[in-house]
Amino acid sequence: MSTITLKDLRHSYMANPATDADWALKKMSVEWSDGGAYALLGPSGCGKTTLLNIISGLLAPSEGSVWFGDDDVTHIPPDRRNIAQVFQFPVVYDTMSVYDNLAFPLRNRGIAEADVDKKVREIATMIDLDAMLFDRASGLTADGKQKISLGRGLVRSDVNVIMFDEPLTVIDPHLKWVLRSKLKELHQKVGSTMIYVTHDQTEALTFADQVVVMHDGTVVQIGTPVELFEKPQHTFVGHFIGSPGMNVLPCQLDSGKPIFAGQVVETEGGVSAPDGTMALELGVRPEFVSFAKEGIPVDVVKVSDAGRYSVVETRHGESHIKLLVREGESVPADNVHVRLDPAHTQVYADGWIVS
Amino acid sequence: MAAKTTNQKAWFFIIPVIALVAFNALIPLMTVVNYSVQETFGNNVFFWEGVKWFEQVLHSPRFHASLLRQFAFTFIILAIEIPFGVAVALSMPRQGPWVSVCLVLMALPLLIPWNVVGAMWNIFALPDIGFLGRVINGMGIDYNFTQQPVAAWFTTILMDVWHWTSLVVLLAYAGLRSIPDAFYQAAKIDGAKPWAVFRYIQLPKLKRVLTIAVLLRFMDSFMIYTEPFVLTGGGPGNSTTFLSIDLVKIALGQFDLGPAAAMSLIYFLIVLLLCWVFYTLMMKDEEQ
Repeated sequence: MSTITLKDLRHSYMANPATDADWALKKMSVEWSDGGAYALLGPSGCGKTTLLNIISGLLAPSEGSVWFGDDDVTHIPPDRRNIAQVFQFPVVYDTMSVYDNLAFPLRNRGIAEADVDKKVREIATMIDLDAMLFDRASGLTADGKQKISLGRGLVRSDVNVIMFDEPLTVIDPHLKWVLRSKLKELHQKVGSTMIYVTHDQTEALTFADQVVVMHDGTVVQIGTPVELFEKPQHTFVGHFIGSPGMNVLPCQLDSGKPIFAGQVVETEGGVSAPDGTMALELGVRPEFVSFAKEGIPVDVVKVSDAGRYSVVETRHGESHIKLLVREGESVPADNVHVRLDPAHTQVYADGWIVS
Repeated sequence: MAAKTTNQKAWFFIIPVIALVAFNALIPLMTVVNYSVQETFGNNVFFWEGVKWFEQVLHSPRFHASLLRQFAFTFIILAIEIPFGVAVALSMPRQGPWVSVCLVLMALPLLIPWNVVGAMWNIFALPDIGFLGRVINGMGIDYNFTQQPVAAWFTTILMDVWHWTSLVVLLAYAGLRSIPDAFYQAAKIDGAKPWAVFRYIQLPKLKRVLTIAVLLRFMDSFMIYTEPFVLTGGGPGNSTTFLSIDLVKIALGQFDLGPAAAMSLIYFLIVLLLCWVFYTLMMKDEEQ
């Protein structure tokens, strides 16, 4: 077991990438500490699976290197990297029993049959497959098959990291929750590093200690779920995490203070936009916007009931501002103003946080 | 629950299908059944004979011999074409411009009319002027398919392998292409050797297409007529007289309509029975 380090990694599926858009993964350096529970979160096509396949060795990066501890494994094939991977669609060896499936990676590595038997039974108990150990794997349900895929990773004692590529895609909704808590439990029991790829923020935030958010081939933020919520480093993180997502409002800068709707918006700390900034924006989550006597004048556009609170959509000029109103509180009818909480209002220059 | 509505009008809509099947299959088959239980001396005069022709065919050494030849031929070509076809499909490229080239090359033999295949191989294998015949004789092997039964069998089998292995290749290739990449990646991570990948991933996933391939090749080869007829005419002697060649000899050569009809029906039932047995055996596991 060891830390996984990605150094100056970059990847393109093209032979001669020319423009920025040709790179599936833009230059990045990431460190995954030993025993961590990570989620790799991002929309489809943002490069999550590419990054995962580079770590597992199914893909060689165009540039940069992959390190497991002190070893450079960039050009080492997957079977010698001590990794395990669970794929989106369950992969089981149809003609084998559950037992033989679990034993397969061990037998391929020439481990003595007595040790294989001990390990397989131990893991089968851990993932609740001991009752159907000698059934044919092809007869199992989708969640049972995913457990087998996971089990083939767990049986090996040499595994550095177990990777999950959207493993719950084909699982029934009511079983997703069960399997997710099982994963969490296994992570605590086994203690190996786990990297969980998903585009579902609930899955990511419940599973992981650290969430790595990816967008358009770049890692935009690595942080705990709370950090992602309170201090999104990029407007994308603000949009993508949280429901509804963060309000992003165009603003100008005047002597270090952001101006929106002709008014100075208070924020914590000073703001200085880097030279050559194209677009300056304010970011504030709907949770930190409230109605006030004075502030930014708005019109109420829509109120949608979301159970214990309502999502109120208001408008100032071209900009829409959403805010949350708790059950029982009323939405003012006319002469409406909103106030942004200075502690949770950030300024973004070309998408990246500057305050 | 509401009472079931009875609507006899639906029958009206399937009349075209019934008519089509009747003209296409049932009526011709019934004429054969008609011949198989009667004797005729021409002029549309028929005498009832019951199961006499069936008994005669089933006890005839000539029928036994052609049936045996037929089984031997079908078994040999299946034993060659199925593994060979899978091997070729495995060695074909998975992507890139060569895929289309390979597929077109593979499809070519399937596009050639059967009598042309027979004629091609007849000339190709002639010992005096044919390229194949000259080469084999040039290597010091005495080869003449028009006179030696072994050479005739060799040539017929070679011709069938050339003509039909492509079908197995195309089916197996389609089957291989439908295996998701994740299976290969998982196998790589599990440390599986190429043989294990073939044995535990590719072969199980090919099972369905190979069932179809075996069934198609079985039926076609069991009813083979044109190619050996053009190549060897069933000879030398009767050595390559397969069932259908024998049937045509009886029906059209000797004009024994009764025995020929009885033989046709027996032949049909054998094909039907064997297909059913094959299919049931190969699909047995699927039902679990």
